[in-house]
Amino acid sequence: MFYREAGQFKANYQADAAIFPIRQDRMAIAAILVVAFIVVPLFATPYAFTGILIPFLIFALAALGLNILTGYCGQLSLGTAAFMAVGAFASYNFMLRIPEMPILLAFVGGGVVAALVGILFGLPSLRIRGFYLAVATLAAQFFILWFLTKVGWVTNYSTSGVITAQKIVILGYEFDTPAAKYLLVLSIVAVMALAAKNMARGNAGRSWMAVRDMDLAAEVIGIRLMRAKLLAFAVSSFYCGIAGALFAYAFLGTVEPEAYSLDLSFRILFMVIIGGVGTVLGSFLGSAFVALLPVLLSVSVRFLDTSLGLHIPESAISNLELMIFGGLIIFFLIVEPHGLARLWQIAKEKLRLWPFPH
Amino acid sequence: MSFFFEVLIGGLLSGVMYSLVALGFVLIYKASGVFNFAQGAMVFFAALTYVGLLEHGLSPWTAVPATLAVMVVLGLAIERIVLRPLVNQPQITLFMATIGLSFFIEGLAQIMWGANVRGLELGLQDEPMEWLSNATGMNVSKFDVAAAGVAAILVTSLALFFSRTRIGRALRAVADDHQAALAVGIPLQHIWAIVWAVAGFVALVAGLLWGARNGVQFALTFVALKALPVLILGGFESIPGAIVGGLIIGATEKLAEVYLGPFVGGGIEGWFPYVLALVFLLIRPEGLFGEKIIRRI
Repeated sequence: MFYREAGQFKANYQADAAIFPIRQDRMAIAAILVVAFIVVPLFATPYAFTGILIPFLIFALAALGLNILTGYCGQLSLGTAAFMAVGAFASYNFMLRIPEMPILLAFVGGGVVAALVGILFGLPSLRIRGFYLAVATLAAQFFILWFLTKVGWVTNYSTSGVITAQKIVILGYEFDTPAAKYLLVLSIVAVMALAAKNMARGNAGRSWMAVRDMDLAAEVIGIRLMRAKLLAFAVSSFYCGIAGALFAYAFLGTVEPEAYSLDLSFRILFMVIIGGVGTVLGSFLGSAFVALLPVLLSVSVRFLDTSLGLHIPESAISNLELMIFGGLIIFFLIVEPHGLARLWQIAKEKLRLWPFPH
Repeated sequence: MSFFFEVLIGGLLSGVMYSLVALGFVLIYKASGVFNFAQGAMVFFAALTYVGLLEHGLSPWTAVPATLAVMVVLGLAIERIVLRPLVNQPQITLFMATIGLSFFIEGLAQIMWGANVRGLELGLQDEPMEWLSNATGMNVSKFDVAAAGVAAILVTSLALFFSRTRIGRALRAVADDHQAALAVGIPLQHIWAIVWAVAGFVALVAGLLWGARNGVQFALTFVALKALPVLILGGFESIPGAIVGGLIIGATEKLAEVYLGPFVGGGIEGWFPYVLALVFLLIRPEGLFGEKIIRRI
């Protein structure tokens, strides 16, 4: 009833090749963009920007990167945070060492460096697969973080290891308020999400999916495995690198290796799994879930604490949050192993049929 | 030269400690295809429970069986609550579930017993064996040797359990082929329950030894990360692989830290085993003792 594609004819090739071929989808996307770009900045508080919206968008970008690698190409990676760190540090060094460097170009440069590092650590994927590869990507995680802390040149010989990120200035305008940073991050994320959506249905995305479903069969039908896998590693690391640079510049304000720990890698993997493997939408839903969950948990635990007079000690609260987080992940995997994006599929199905049963 | 051997022996003995943790992974992976990331959390949980019970006034002789009982119950509960509903899901989903599980267990352990760092006394001193250092000039820790002994006993008994008992044979049958095992009447779910209980037991042994070594603290959960390169080197499905892999990783890690570390600024223990295992995998993708991968369309 509400989600009917009947009567929407594709009369030319352009319409057939549109990213969002269904009118309702186009309207929904337009509505979301209007809300995100206009309504949210009007009403959100500075805390909502810095505490929820900016990390949500940045993590969604990183999750998108990992989703390209794990969801579309089927190569499980546990080194996402390390590629983010490469992006952040490379951007920092571009800004530091090249005078008059435009910051957007530095971000892109950071992404490119991350992509090169990603290709390097993607090479083993040509020989090994599955969990062996996942553990091998841990090598990237540990080696890169070690490299960033040990090699002084990268951190410009900073003694503390924590570097203040340069200011974000584009064409003379300084992005220093939370709302400005939010809009910057949102624009970058929107453009890159669109690019990912487009890539996923093109030649690259289809060869990735063929490799994911069965790499031997993909090879037999003439997909070059090496090219497809390394391209996936490169694109994924590019996305992660940009996310890492944004994480340092627009969220933390500092560039430091400790921010890109193994824990962050796992968190991003959670976002991909909970959101939905192999969907662009899922990266956003998963990121929203993982970003909002701790906030909701601490609010609700504090609510219980004050309203019921249960005096839970501070340490127990953090452990309780850990337990609930772990428990919810298991719960979600059991109830909906295909992720939140699948729930949206089901909802669309219901909307199409309502009010009839079939 | 004696310094070289000292480092080598120290490395081999610490490698045995890695093998202990890796064993827990292998047991579960072999029987159910689950890459159980929560093994490290289980090690932490076991050590913390043991220390907590001691603090409540139990003697070590009652605390060990009590902790064992707790670990077995934990293993059974994991199998029943987490993994049974996830049967037939892709491996990555199961893996994610065990990561969630490790968060849950870490939180649970610290709520039950508190988060402060505690010592664990097994009556073994971490000091050099005098007769050996007098005779050869090498310092080899008594504790390490005892730990290696425990590991040897554990591996031998597991090997006997797997090859000589009825349950052990059923376990191997399940590991070989789930469906064929079901077809000949092996109760799959009992077997999985038993495997998780055994994994709980292995986690207890590893937890006691690692806890005595490094103190019972949150960092014990990172022990799992030490065991992963051992796993990929030895192969996920192989118990001998876990042992040999542990020895290789332990020895090369210590040697690299001593001889290579000073040139690159030290601290390479964190990633060297991974890179070593990675290079090894490039030559032999299924690990040292892993099953030969045959791929068909």
